[in-house]
Amino acid sequence: MNETGTANSEDVLNQAAAWRAAGKPVAIATVVTTWGSSPRPVGSQLAVEAEGAFVGSVSGGCIEGAVIREAMEAMEDGKPRLLDFGVTDTQAWEVGLACGGKVQVFVERLD
Amino acid sequence: MKGETLRQLLADKAAERPVVLATNLTTGAERLFYPLDPAGSADPLVAQGREALMLDQSTTVATAEGPIFLHAFNTPLRMILIGAVHISQPLARMAAMAGYDVVVVDPRRAFAHAVRFPGLKIVTDWPDDAMRALRPDHRTAIVALTHDPKLDDPALQVALRSPAFYIGALGSKKTAAKRVERLTAAGLTLAEIGRIRGPVGLDINARSPAEIAISVLAEVTQVLRAEVVQAQQKVPA
Repeated sequence: MNETGTANSEDVLNQAAAWRAAGKPVAIATVVTTWGSSPRPVGSQLAVEAEGAFVGSVSGGCIEGAVIREAMEAMEDGKPRLLDFGVTDTQAWEVGLACGGKVQVFVERLD
Repeated sequence: MKGETLRQLLADKAAERPVVLATNLTTGAERLFYPLDPAGSADPLVAQGREALMLDQSTTVATAEGPIFLHAFNTPLRMILIGAVHISQPLARMAAMAGYDVVVVDPRRAFAHAVRFPGLKIVTDWPDDAMRALRPDHRTAIVALTHDPKLDDPALQVALRSPAFYIGALGSKKTAAKRVERLTAAGLTLAEIGRIRGPVGLDINARSPAEIAISVLAEVTQVLRAEVVQAQQKVPA
């Protein structure tokens, strides 16, 4: 298991570009660090548009909701965000990384 | 991310040009650079970017400007099999399962038949022409399996001057010694010829074609995952 951006990210980035070309606000989230067992490898990406449609993944589904909320805010204020999720973090415990790993996700608006 | 950066990144991916996207995780500032370009790259993170591409592992590095994420966007893994022989049949299927785009090269049309290699790309050009057209890169493995110097040698001559991460050739130690003589006579240096792995594959006492395919794919995997950087350093400039 050492998948990188190659296969999956191409579709994600193409979709992000297509949404942007259609005039929709878009944000991109990228897994930049993982510790322990985490469901998606570093480089995994997710793109989301302003109405909440998204492609790709940054976890097995457990933190996507929180990431998308942050992505919506990034679309508004244009500021990049570095998010930490892991079992040592109370909020992350609630969103629940089932595997017990930790991940760091970078969220930015596509300008 | 700027729209212009994304457009360039998608263009690079479409052109199969390995590229690294460097993003400052504090400020969001970003740039693209090309650590594997023959012309070189002036980027201060070129060494780390090169390693990220060679190991196919994106990573975050600490810099004076803050943490920078190096996102490696690589070309697809490829395996070029010289010889549409019996071993190539299981090896092609196994390599495809492991994520390789497999190309089988054999000018003998009776061997290189779609019935024997369903769903795989088959090239029936002479091996050196085929190899030049396929342009092996740092994500390409090449395995010569014909046992026939007329076919294996021209392919190996092109392979040894490419950045392919793995070059293997079937044959006993005796066969290999004769190959060294022929390739030396053809003008290759011993350092170049030394990149050939032979007898091909990990020593797992393989006998059947499928078992030999396992040993070859195991060795290719070992090199891809552990020795890529060292192998690359042997490539002549």
